[in-house]
Amino acid sequence: MDLSLNDLLSILSATIRLSTPLIFAAMAGIFSERSGVVDISLEGKLLAGAFAAASVAAVTGSAWLGLGAAILTGMALSLVHGFASITHKGDQVVSGVAINIIVSGLTVVLGIAWFHRAGQTPTLPSSARFMSIKLPGADAISQVPFLGEIYTKLISGHNLLVYLAFVCVGLTYWILFKTRFGLRLRAVGENPKAVDTAGISVDFLRYRAILIGGILTGIGGTYISIAQNASFTRDMSAGQGYIALAAMIFGKWKPTPAMLSCFLFGFLEALSMRLQGVVVPFLGEVPVQLIQAGPYILTVVLLAGFVGRAIAPKADGVPYIKER
Amino acid sequence: MSRTSKSLPVWADILLIPLINLAMALGVSALIIYLIGENPIEALKLMIEGAFGSSEGIGYTLYYATNFIFTGLAVAVAFHAMLFNIGGEGQAYIGGLGVAVALLALDHYLPFWLLFPIAIMSAMLFGAAWAAIPAYLQAYRGSHIVITTIMFNFIAANLMVYLLVNVFIMPGSMTPQSRTFLESAWMPTMQAMFATFGIKISESPLNFSFIISLITSLLVWIYIWHTRWGYEMRSVGFSEPAASYAGINTKKVIMITMLISGALAGLAGVNEIMGVQHKLMLDFVAGYGFTGIAVALMGRNHPVGIIMASILFGALFQGGAELSFDMPAISKEMVFVIQGLIILFSGALAYMSKPWVERLFSIFYRKIEAKEA
Repeated sequence: MDLSLNDLLSILSATIRLSTPLIFAAMAGIFSERSGVVDISLEGKLLAGAFAAASVAAVTGSAWLGLGAAILTGMALSLVHGFASITHKGDQVVSGVAINIIVSGLTVVLGIAWFHRAGQTPTLPSSARFMSIKLPGADAISQVPFLGEIYTKLISGHNLLVYLAFVCVGLTYWILFKTRFGLRLRAVGENPKAVDTAGISVDFLRYRAILIGGILTGIGGTYISIAQNASFTRDMSAGQGYIALAAMIFGKWKPTPAMLSCFLFGFLEALSMRLQGVVVPFLGEVPVQLIQAGPYILTVVLLAGFVGRAIAPKADGVPYIKER
Repeated sequence: MSRTSKSLPVWADILLIPLINLAMALGVSALIIYLIGENPIEALKLMIEGAFGSSEGIGYTLYYATNFIFTGLAVAVAFHAMLFNIGGEGQAYIGGLGVAVALLALDHYLPFWLLFPIAIMSAMLFGAAWAAIPAYLQAYRGSHIVITTIMFNFIAANLMVYLLVNVFIMPGSMTPQSRTFLESAWMPTMQAMFATFGIKISESPLNFSFIISLITSLLVWIYIWHTRWGYEMRSVGFSEPAASYAGINTKKVIMITMLISGALAGLAGVNEIMGVQHKLMLDFVAGYGFTGIAVALMGRNHPVGIIMASILFGALFQGGAELSFDMPAISKEMVFVIQGLIILFSGALAYMSKPWVERLFSIFYRKIEAKEA
């Protein structure tokens, strides 16, 4: 297989497109888990966001209203998760699993009841979607060799939400590590008792953290259904929430490494699409399934602690019960 | 996972609270059906009729229940050691692979009575093997079993696609599935078994695996409460440091518990592959591993509870499929909504109603005391 610069750019460009929803969900996971709430329901929230965005965009014809609906849906599901696991100290994993299963069923049930298209939402016109935008000067310098091509084909030409994902990574870093809220949020994930002793409400902090997660997964879901695609199809999140969870762990609960992990996993996905049925010299035909399982295998290897160590926030997954 | 209460009578804790939780889950489901524009009472009637109204319906209900008993027991056994095995889905998938490998290799050479134990052993072995790495990582490397078993579900899914597309596919075929086993390797259907006694029942996928699931439930009950290993397992679940201090090898217990859990989940493959499909195919597990979580939570990790909860979920699946024929506005995915709500209310929100029930009881007791005084 010959790799020209053009091929390489198209693989990398696909990597960026495939990593975007992972980045939103991974940042959501970081907020949640840094505050001590395990969030298996990233998958369900992405799917619910995708459904809400596509439905509302189909009815109103506005991509922005779709985005708003997806954000509200993500936040509502976060509240359910919080109600069960923060207010009632229920098992966070159980609550997350429940949300994922409810969403996978409910999106199809509502989709069929509302749109009568076997669980699919109507195909959206481009006016109701987030379409790719050309960054200024992309045409002007497209003829410049190398740099011009990189700018035109790799950096320019994505939709707004892709750029927003990058902004979100910066914001996540800034909020977590440069603000008082972030300091408290991290503290509550490590030692909630200390935070409580300081007179700060553990529950309120955790609620805020998972609500931010709801917003981010809502945007991620919007991206999947009305930016990357033109309608909602059943189970379209297809495990990306779990890959994001893996990316978050692979990035050791830190924004920038988590983003890089999302790129790595997105790259594997782009590569597996590219290598479908292609015979690579010396290796023969690479089994696509092996590359697709890559994110999961890598995460297990990392968790095994043989290559570096992934240490979760100390109070991650532990409901905080105040002594009386 | 279980908590006994001092202020509530035992029956309230074991029966009343789970029933309240179930009622809340069904209440929310009814609300959703109502919002879609259908009559929830009518829907419930159709579901019950679909699940229990005919011998065919009952057959399907119990066939689904068979899968749920296996995956439910798998989750429950792990729960007793405070391990959350989310990997039932993958373990059942690989368990089915084990059945298929054994039967495809041997069905030309051996009679049924030899294939039968070999297939069962193979299912358990493969299921246990798929749980072994997460178990080892939990016991010896301290990585969280929830995350590793989730990852292994996805690895199993990819592995099975690879194997079916590249290894098991019949030459010249486009559908990724293996050849059909010889009929001598099929698990006898309930219909055939009843027929030997001269009783006629309608055709359904229900097969001898259901009996195996009941026997397995009994064995699991004995294991958990009447063996030394079960005692050690529950001690680890109760308090790992205390168990360790008492001289129990907690690492070994975690390994054994997870291997048993994986083996139990693998048995679902016997029902599906040997009992119903008679060939290896993609996605035959269809979420049964996750239903096992709901079943274990509802059944309070007790085999008797699990059998009852499995039949309830079997009825939900079968009734739900029937319901979607009669009320096209309600698709069969409604079953997953109900299932998720049950997990939410009887798992994560299990004790939400408890303070209210306790208050009710205390009012009730006070009245009795007042009368006596």
